[in-house]
Amino acid sequence: MIELLFIVLFPLIGSLVPVLTARWSRSHSALATALLPLAALVVVLQLAPAVFSGETLFYKLPWVEALGLSLSFRLDGLSLLFLFLILGIGLLIILYARYYLSEKDSMARFYGFLMLFMTAMLGIVLSNNLLQLWVFWELTSISSFLLISFWWHRADARLGARMALMITGFGGLALLAGILLIGNVLGSFELDVVLSQAYVLQQHSLYPVILILVLLGAFTKSAQFPFHFWLPNAMSAPTPVSAYLHSATMVKAGIFLLARMYPLLAGSDLWFLMVTITGMTTLLVGAYLALFQHDLKGLLAYSTISHLGLITLLFGLGTDLAAVAAIFHIINHAIFKASLFMAAGIIDHESGSRDMRKLNGLWQFMPVTATLAMVASASMAGVPLLNGFLSKEMFFAETLHQEVLGALSWLIPVLATVAATLSVAYSARFIHDVFFNGQPKGLPRTPHEPPRYMRVPVEVLVALCILVGLAPAYVVGDLLAVASTAVLAGPLPLYSLSIWHGVNLPLMMSVLALTLGIVLYFNRKHLFRFQAELPELNPLQFFEVKINALLGFAKKWHHRIESAALQRYLMWMFVIVAILLIWPLQQMGEFTRHNAVQAPDTLMFAATFVAAIAAVATVLCQRQRLLSLVMISIVGLVVTLIFVRFSAPDLALTQLSVEVVTIVLLMLALFFLPHKISRASNAGRLIRDGAIASICGVVIGSLSYALMLEPQQRISDFFLANSKIGGGGYNVVNVILVDFRGFDTLGEITVLGIAALGIFKLLTRLPLFRSSSDSQGRQWALDKHPMLLAVVSQALLPLALLVSVYIFFRGHNLPGGGFVAGLVTAIAIILQYVAQGVDWVRERLTLEYHRLVAAGVLISTLTGVASWAFGRPFLTSWFDYFQLPLFGEIELASAIAFDLGVYLTVVGATLMILANLGKMTTEHRPVNKGQS
Amino acid sequence: MELLVAIIIGVLTCCAVFLILRARTFAVMLGLTMLSYAVNLFIFSSGGLKIGVGAVLNATEEYADPLPQALVLTAIVIGFAMTAFLVVLSIRARADLGNDHVDGKLPVAKNTRQGASS
Repeated sequence: MIELLFIVLFPLIGSLVPVLTARWSRSHSALATALLPLAALVVVLQLAPAVFSGETLFYKLPWVEALGLSLSFRLDGLSLLFLFLILGIGLLIILYARYYLSEKDSMARFYGFLMLFMTAMLGIVLSNNLLQLWVFWELTSISSFLLISFWWHRADARLGARMALMITGFGGLALLAGILLIGNVLGSFELDVVLSQAYVLQQHSLYPVILILVLLGAFTKSAQFPFHFWLPNAMSAPTPVSAYLHSATMVKAGIFLLARMYPLLAGSDLWFLMVTITGMTTLLVGAYLALFQHDLKGLLAYSTISHLGLITLLFGLGTDLAAVAAIFHIINHAIFKASLFMAAGIIDHESGSRDMRKLNGLWQFMPVTATLAMVASASMAGVPLLNGFLSKEMFFAETLHQEVLGALSWLIPVLATVAATLSVAYSARFIHDVFFNGQPKGLPRTPHEPPRYMRVPVEVLVALCILVGLAPAYVVGDLLAVASTAVLAGPLPLYSLSIWHGVNLPLMMSVLALTLGIVLYFNRKHLFRFQAELPELNPLQFFEVKINALLGFAKKWHHRIESAALQRYLMWMFVIVAILLIWPLQQMGEFTRHNAVQAPDTLMFAATFVAAIAAVATVLCQRQRLLSLVMISIVGLVVTLIFVRFSAPDLALTQLSVEVVTIVLLMLALFFLPHKISRASNAGRLIRDGAIASICGVVIGSLSYALMLEPQQRISDFFLANSKIGGGGYNVVNVILVDFRGFDTLGEITVLGIAALGIFKLLTRLPLFRSSSDSQGRQWALDKHPMLLAVVSQALLPLALLVSVYIFFRGHNLPGGGFVAGLVTAIAIILQYVAQGVDWVRERLTLEYHRLVAAGVLISTLTGVASWAFGRPFLTSWFDYFQLPLFGEIELASAIAFDLGVYLTVVGATLMILANLGKMTTEHRPVNKGQS
Repeated sequence: MELLVAIIIGVLTCCAVFLILRARTFAVMLGLTMLSYAVNLFIFSSGGLKIGVGAVLNATEEYADPLPQALVLTAIVIGFAMTAFLVVLSIRARADLGNDHVDGKLPVAKNTRQGASS
């Protein structure tokens, strides 16, 4: 049934519609926005007959089956009921919001978030997979955050949104944990598999944990005590949002979860205790606090909390009839509460205030709205002939049939009556205080009736209140039946949806509540005075204080860890590396001598001695920078010699040429940095760093020694065996570079190019520190370009170029190759810069180095791409042999083209780095635009 | 032989780490350069130390391990690029910030004994 996917997908696409139509007129944009939810509703209506006939529809798109992840939808009676609520009320809200939002508010943003929320909500009720349900569940939290903070310039909106997100987000995490445990215990996340295994789950030792986690999710979302306080603070949202999210849908997601999990989790004593007590407490606390609210929306918010508590209580009672009553009340509450919120929004919109101390006697200004609101409030109070009355009667009847609390069972109906009395009292206040009770006091503007179509959604809902109230069996009978069947997962209990059941105890309770409620309202002054004596508890403030304390705590630790001192970070890095390495080294035990150790010779002793002395000297002379530079270059030379000694001519060549450019580079750096500095570290730090450095040295040295003596499982034999057959070259090192690991090399020359470009960018518009003398006050030499060097270097240039060409071409079969050749060429040209100056070179060499880099990377890439033309994977190499007269046999290989790219990149990048840095002291230094 | 190479690697690492922990950019540059010597030697030596052979086919009886050589060869070039970037970055930092401290600002002059508690 792919239609199920459409139901969710349409509003999701629909969230883009208001953004795309933002330039249209407001009415047209609202109309366009309504189209896709309307289409979804049509789809639902088409599927409804099948559901009414008792079918459950499924649609599944498998994804990662092994992890239980799939896109899995189900449509049963319960889903159907919620679909009608979400889409039906959603459409009314779209119409209402069109008139509610002012010209200054971004309608596109509002509708976009609203549709996103609608998608999330539809996803929850249609999910057949618990993980998927959870994802949509979190999406409702996020979209609700965006909607509450819609007027983000107001502090209360921001704080309220954050609080709602944190509370529901916390519950969401608990729910996720519960879901994962369910999946763990039952081996599946699919609802149709899971729901039938209630017995298995409830016998499991983890059942209490699972139950508590899932209930935490449901209770935070449905604003149950003690998590109720986020809901009144979420009232800083625009009223359409309050009407939609915080009365009709989102807070009902928690209730939906209770209903959905009812067959799986309900039935145990623990369920009864937790859900009943939470529901009862919420019912009473909400109803009591509602009475004292002066804000119209605050009253409705607490009343919503109270009614949500009532529904929770009904689910907690655990009888089949109670579940039916709960579902019936879900429908009724959504209808009358949404209409009341919209009416409150109209009053706010047309009078400029929501304060019931100012709002009085509005009947004379807006009689139609007043009538509508009065009918809805009466329904909220449970006045006969309205829908609220019916479910309340069922509720009373159920509370009477409780025996679970033993001899204390009489408490439940009594408390229910108390709550109903309070509910009548605050409903009476909503009616009497706002529409009668004298004249308005100090309203910002004179109230009047709203635009015609703003009232339509209220009219529709109020009409439904009356219709359901008068003929419940005809209007909602079928829907209630299928939804209840889905929740109970079994046969329906006997119940009758009629207005008159004769004079019985529930009716007496209703009458009592109505009478007492009216009496309570008219004597409310005493109660208000009593309440005023209590210390005022502002949950928002309390919450903010706690959050700020938490933030301060986190900040303190953050500052402790992130001290913005590089030396500290590095120190910890080295310490941790050393610690991590010490342990495995210890595990290795004695150095196992699998490989024969080669006897050291005098040469090697000398090399070790020189390298160690030079390295230590580098450290000791580091404040005389030129000297330390000389010392480190000695270290580099020794390293080169080690490469020569141990059969790595390619490495030795490369290291030697890199050594040259590195030292030139550091010399240039010296010019721009302070030449001599005073000691910065104190003795303690020197000892500490010395200790860390020594430990690192010992650890790395030992590791290296151990590695050399370990028996080696070499993969290199593969390269040795295939170098000639597969790569066409005798020099295995070069073949690895240009063939086996060609992709790596391509990446590396790209990095080289990027580094060079970065350097170029860093050097542009560099404010210069230019010194005219060295640290001892000696002037720089006047003879900038000594004659001897100039002549020699000029003579060397063609020779050096020739050598580099030679190195390049022999690279495939003998030591050499693109990297080395490139470095040699670069050095030869740099020598010209040093000897002759920038001007001289510029006259003779008009190459732009960044083009060279680009050309190099491009050639290498194209060589790789070319193999596609022959149907081979990227960078497959090709080679063949040809006979040429005079030359004899020559080999042509695609690897040569690749190596050419490497060569060009290396030349370009090296010159770009050094020449640009060298130019800094001349008038040719890079300026804003890339003239090199 | 192996022990001597290991000693060189150890000494170079030790000096390099000490230099990297210094407060001035130039010392850090020297340290990184020296650390890359040490790392290159480390990787190279992991293939075993062979004298008088090579990685060219048919030239010798036995071959040196070509893979670490290839790895180190590119590492040398990349190491140069990174050093160069660092050099220019520190030049720029000095030009823009007026000092060559690694944190971009000179530590506030304070009595070291009292300052240790912060």
